[in-house]
Amino acid sequence: MSLSVENLSFSYGQHAVLRDVTFAVEQGELLSVLGPNGVGKTTLFRCVLGTLTPRSGQITIDGLDLTAMPPRERARRIAYIPQIHPPTFGYTVLDTVLMGTSRQINAFRQPKAAQVRQAEEALEQVGAAHLRERNFAHLSGGEQQLVLIARALAQQAQVLMMDEPTSALDYGNQLRILQMVKRLAARGYTVILSTHNPQHALAFADRLLVLHDGTAAAVGKPPQVLTPALMETLYGVTVDFLDTASGPVLVPRVEGGGA
Amino acid sequence: MLERAPKTIADRRARLWIVVLAAVLLALFLVSFVLGRYDVPIWQVVRILLSRVVPLTQTWTGNMEIAVLNLRLPRILLACLVGCALSTAGTAYQSVFRNPMAAPDILGASSGACFGAALAILLGLGRGGVTALAFAASLVTVALVYIIARRIRGNQVVNLLLSGIMISSLFSAGTSYIKLVADPTNQLPAITYWLMGSLSGTRMQDVAFALLPMAAGLIPLLLLRWRINLLTLDEEEARSMGVNATALRLVVILCATVLTAASVSVSGMIGWVGLVIPHFSRKLVGNDCRRLLPAAMLLGAIFLLLVDNVSRNLLAVEIPIGILTAFIGAPFFIYLMTRKEHVL
Repeated sequence: MSLSVENLSFSYGQHAVLRDVTFAVEQGELLSVLGPNGVGKTTLFRCVLGTLTPRSGQITIDGLDLTAMPPRERARRIAYIPQIHPPTFGYTVLDTVLMGTSRQINAFRQPKAAQVRQAEEALEQVGAAHLRERNFAHLSGGEQQLVLIARALAQQAQVLMMDEPTSALDYGNQLRILQMVKRLAARGYTVILSTHNPQHALAFADRLLVLHDGTAAAVGKPPQVLTPALMETLYGVTVDFLDTASGPVLVPRVEGGGA
Repeated sequence: MLERAPKTIADRRARLWIVVLAAVLLALFLVSFVLGRYDVPIWQVVRILLSRVVPLTQTWTGNMEIAVLNLRLPRILLACLVGCALSTAGTAYQSVFRNPMAAPDILGASSGACFGAALAILLGLGRGGVTALAFAASLVTVALVYIIARRIRGNQVVNLLLSGIMISSLFSAGTSYIKLVADPTNQLPAITYWLMGSLSGTRMQDVAFALLPMAAGLIPLLLLRWRINLLTLDEEEARSMGVNATALRLVVILCATVLTAASVSVSGMIGWVGLVIPHFSRKLVGNDCRRLLPAAMLLGAIFLLLVDNVSRNLLAVEIPIGILTAFIGAPFFIYLMTRKEHVL
């Protein structure tokens, strides 16, 4: 499934947050959304997920208008993977993943064997089947993020939206989660992932959307889009780009000489 | 598609507890008939109760039958119903507010009922009038809280909590004012006693009055018990799964409120059940409402029946059950909270 956003604008009262944002993601692609804090990444996500109604513009999925779609229909197509946060009530991992199947189940009914099977398959896909009976609240950050990915897979939607999935994780888990996401894209999922780390975008994304001042400052292949000048505009910092065998590497310029 | 879900460790553990709790409740239910100043042997209790369903030759005295059917049965039934209802309401509210400290009085259902009861006593209404007005005032209070919360912008859960606190304190002030102007020789003691919460003098009419709203609250919650879990997620997460959280929350609040209103209007203020029992049930069967709700229902009935037995038998003068639940509930909760392995 491909997702396309055209001339999307959103404002809170008089304050314009997004202006004429246009981009598209094809099936099997991983799109990274990069931009400083408060630039409108979350607002963009909320518009696509339907929590917020855009002021103007179009969001379509395989040509179908997403903004007019009832939540249940939308949930068939797009799944959301939030950042991990301490849960109020810890459920077992299997019960947590089962929640992803809720769009298939009438409100007055319980999940049946079919749903449990989907949840188990989703856990296997992310390599977390062994956590099945554990309490979600007692897992490590990396494991929790894996389980939330599995929950989205159990929803059986083809587009996955991830809101800064690595921000609460240590270095190793950041890379493991991103590799997992990359594999999902290779299996045909369309992934939109917001990030704070340009290096991650360079290493993992097929396409990059750079948000600046509520507009799409650049869209395209990460190595072509990301430049020292853009980093300067976005974050107000000076960064050197080193060309290596595995692609460009960002090195911050450290005042006073550095290492 | 009709294939049943395979059982996990959590399922099996929960099923074991449900069976144990049901057995304990049944045993306690029968034993409760034996307790009291007039002696009725337990086998006679069983025969008297069965004689209502199947024809049996009478081996018991008329006084035994009156003690069992007219005096003890309504009270025992009501203790079970109220315990079950308050515990279920507490569990439901905890999910709505994503907070294990939420209790049935969180949206003002109790303070509204107290105001209604105090007003009815002031107006000189009879027992039925007090119950009816308490029930109505309780529902009106929560409706007010909900309407006000919907008019505030921002996080619905926080708005509900805030408007609940405000309206509750308004009705508490109203109750205090009624106590001030009430006749100190007969009305004031009646109000004070009612507010303490008691099941003494329960008649079959009270059980009948409570039964319908309780069923109306319990059955939808039981059917929705898996869905309720989704309320404990963020609004955004629930919505992205295709769940209409606002509508679901309204239904759950409505059911929990009817349960609280029905309980408080027939028994007065009985605190702690709706907080301690859900919490304790979480320890036994976990947080998933598929298992939690049935366990909390049974445990709530057991707890209140047990406390009511103490209430009517411990001393020659009956101790109001509302006081006892706090005496037993508070230390028990402190014990739970201070245990080393405490995890919510």
